[in-house]
Amino acid sequence: MTLTSYLKDFEASAANGGGRPEWLMPIKRGAIDRFEALGFPDRKNEDWKFTSVAPIARSAFSRMAAGDTVPTEADLEPYLIGPPEWPRVVFVNGRFVEALSTVSGLPGGVTLGTLADAMAEEPEFVARHLSHTASVEGNSFTALNTAFITDGVVLHVEPNTVVEHPIHVLYLTDARVGEGATYPRTLVVLEHHARASLIESYAALHDGVYFTNAVTEVSLEAGSRLDHYKIQQESEQAYHVGTLEARQERDSHFHSLSFALGGALSRTNIYTVLDGEGGYVTLNGLYVVHGEQHVDHQTSIIHAQPSCTSHEVYKGILDDQAHGVFNGKVYVHPIAQKTDGKQTNQNLLMSPRAKIDTKPQLEIYADDVRCTHGATVGQLDDQAVFYCRSRGLSPAEAKTLLTYAFAADVLEQIPSRPVAQYLERLVMERFLGSREG
Amino acid sequence: MLEITNLHAGADGVEILKGINLTVNAGEVHAIMGPNGSGKSTLAQVLAGREDYQVTEGTVRYEGKDLLEMEPEERALAGLFMAFQYPVEIPGVTNAYFLRVAYNAQRKSRGLEEVDPIDFMDLLDEKLKTVDWTAEILERQVNAGMSGGEKKRNEILQMAVLEPKLAVLDETDSGLDIDALKIVAQGVNNMRRPDNALIVVTHYQRLLNYIVPDYVHVLVDGRIVKSGGKELALELEAKGYEWVQEAGAVS
Ligand SMILES: Nc1ncnc2c1ncn2[C@@H]1O[C@H](COP(=O)(O)OP(=O)(O)OP(=O)(O)O)[C@@H](O)[C@H]1O
Ligand SMILES: [Mg+2]
Repeated sequence: MTLTSYLKDFEASAANGGGRPEWLMPIKRGAIDRFEALGFPDRKNEDWKFTSVAPIARSAFSRMAAGDTVPTEADLEPYLIGPPEWPRVVFVNGRFVEALSTVSGLPGGVTLGTLADAMAEEPEFVARHLSHTASVEGNSFTALNTAFITDGVVLHVEPNTVVEHPIHVLYLTDARVGEGATYPRTLVVLEHHARASLIESYAALHDGVYFTNAVTEVSLEAGSRLDHYKIQQESEQAYHVGTLEARQERDSHFHSLSFALGGALSRTNIYTVLDGEGGYVTLNGLYVVHGEQHVDHQTSIIHAQPSCTSHEVYKGILDDQAHGVFNGKVYVHPIAQKTDGKQTNQNLLMSPRAKIDTKPQLEIYADDVRCTHGATVGQLDDQAVFYCRSRGLSPAEAKTLLTYAFAADVLEQIPSRPVAQYLERLVMERFLGSREG
Repeated sequence: MLEITNLHAGADGVEILKGINLTVNAGEVHAIMGPNGSGKSTLAQVLAGREDYQVTEGTVRYEGKDLLEMEPEERALAGLFMAFQYPVEIPGVTNAYFLRVAYNAQRKSRGLEEVDPIDFMDLLDEKLKTVDWTAEILERQVNAGMSGGEKKRNEILQMAVLEPKLAVLDETDSGLDIDALKIVAQGVNNMRRPDNALIVVTHYQRLLNYIVPDYVHVLVDGRIVKSGGKELALELEAKGYEWVQEAGAVS
C-alpha cells in the first residue's frame, strides 16, 4: 500500500529531526492524519473527475535527495526572467541554494527569506499564518505538503510598503539523483496597502520522473495588491500538483496568472476568498500542452462579501493527444450583493486526438449581481489559415500566428512586461518545437 | 501572364465553373461581371488555391508555370494576390504585425533579409498614403472589429505592401462609400505598371469609371458568355444580365 510508504517516510523524518520546529509538530501530525484519512483522491471525487492521480499514488515517492552537483548561474539561465536586480530565491530539490539567490536590496518593511529561517527567527509570525489559508481538511495534497513542510519562501510586506521589483522564486528539480518528491511551501503576507509581485517558477534542471507537491498561502490585507505568476514548466515526465489559496480583505487586489507548459500530469488549484468589500481578483491562465501531457486547473472564487469583482480568463492550447481539464467555480454568498463576476475558458484543439473537459460552475445565492460565464472549444479556423497562406505564409507559419493570436489576450493582460515577453517566448518555442517534432 | 483554359471546378461534387477560358497579359485590366452565384468568387478562390474547390478539368498557367500545382503560399510568393470578397478576421494579431510577417515571407523567399519593425514602419508610412489611412489602423486587429468598408480598404493596403504582379480583386468595391471607392480606386491605379495585371470582379459599372478595364467578361452559370471592351459594362448596366444570357444562348 502506497499510503503506508508516505506514513513511514513521515515517521522516519520526524524521528530524525524533520519534525523541527517543535511547535509545528502538532500541525504536521494533524496533516499526516488527515492525509491518511483522505488517501489520494480517486475519480469518484467530484473535484478529480477528469484527472486520475493513480500514477502519483502508485509511485510512492519518497523525499527527493539533494542534487549531486551545485547548479551554476548558467544552469538557471533558461528560467530567469527580467533584469538582475530582481530579487531571486532558488531551491534545488527542496533545498535552498544561497549562492544563486539574491535577496538583498529590498526596502525596509519587506522580509524575504526562507521558511526554515522564518520558522526559527519569527516563529510567532509564521505560526499565525502557516496552514491557515490553505486548508488540509478536504485536500489530500495540501495535507501531504503540510505534513512534509521543511522549507520554502516567506514574503512579508509591512503596511504601505511597495516592493518595486517582482520577486522570483525558482523551485527547481535535478532529477539525476533519482525519483522523489519535493514539498515547496510559500507564504505571502501583504499587510494593508502593501504591494508586491511574486513569480513562482517550477522547472527541471534535468528531466526525469519526480513529483512536485507545492502549496502557496496568500494573505492580502486591506488595500494591498499582489501580482502573482505561477510558471509551471516541469519536466514532461514529472508530476506536479500545486495549490494556491488566498484570502482577500477589503479593497485588496489579487492578480493571478497560471501558466502551464510542462509535466506529464499537472494539476493547479487557485482558490481565493473575497472576504472584504471592494475586493478585486483576476485569475488568468494559459496552458499549452502536447504529446500525452495531462493538464488540469481548478479555480475557486468565493464572493463572501458585497461589491467585489472577479474576472477570469483561462485559455488552453492542446496538441497531439494532450488532455486538458478546467473546472472554475464561482460562488456568490447571499450577502455578496453587487458582485461582478466574469469567467471564460477557451480551448483550441490542434489535433483531432487532443481533448478538453471544461466545466465552469457558477453558484449564486445573492440577487443583485452581474455574473457571466462560458466555455468554448474550437479548432484553428481553416479560412484564417487559408487567408494567411494566400498572403505568403507557410502552413506552419500560419498555424503559429493563429495559435499565438488565440493566446494573445491572456499574454497582453500580464502586468509585467518581462514576464509577458518570457512567456511569449516559451509559447513560440513550444510551437516551433512541436512543428519540428 | 495568366492563361486559363477550359477550367472546370466545383465543390462537394457540384460543378460551379463549367469551362472557363481567359487570358490576361501584363499591363491589362480585366473586369469580370455576372449575376450572384455565377461563380466569380469560385474562380478567384481557385486561382488563389483554396482547397475547398476541386478542379476537375482544364489548366491554368501563370507566368509559364502550372498554377494549379502550386500551394497557396507559393502562388502568393510568385506575385499572385487575391483581395477577398469577405476578408477573414484574425483577432489577436495587429495589422502591423500581419503585414510585416507577410512582407517578410516574401523577402525570405527571395533570399533577402527580413526587415525589422522599425524599418518596416517607414515602408508602411508610404503604403498608408496609397489608401489614405493613418498609422492608427496598423494597431487594429486584422479585419476584426472593422466595418465592411474598412475590411475592403485593408485588403488594398495589403496589396500595396505586397506589390503583386497579378491581383484579383473580388468585389472590393462592395461596401465602400463613394469617397472610399475613389480612394481605393486611386490607390489601385497608382499600383498599375506595364508589368502587372489586374482582374476586377464587380457588380457595378461605377468602379469601372475609376479603374478602367481593357476587357469586360460576363460570367453566367460558370461560363464566360460574353466578352467585350469597357462599353460592355455600360450596356450591361442598361440592359441587365438577362440580355447577355439570351445573347449568349443565341451565339
Ligand atoms: N464551398 C462551396 N461549397 C458548395 N457550394 C459552393 C461553395 N462555394 C460556392 N458555392 C456555390 O457555387 C455557386 C457560385 O458561388 P460564387 O461564390 O462563386 O458566386 P459569385 O459569382 O461570387 O456570387 P456573388 O456575386 O454573390 O458574390 C453558388 O451557387 C454557391 O452557392
Ligand atoms: Mg462572389
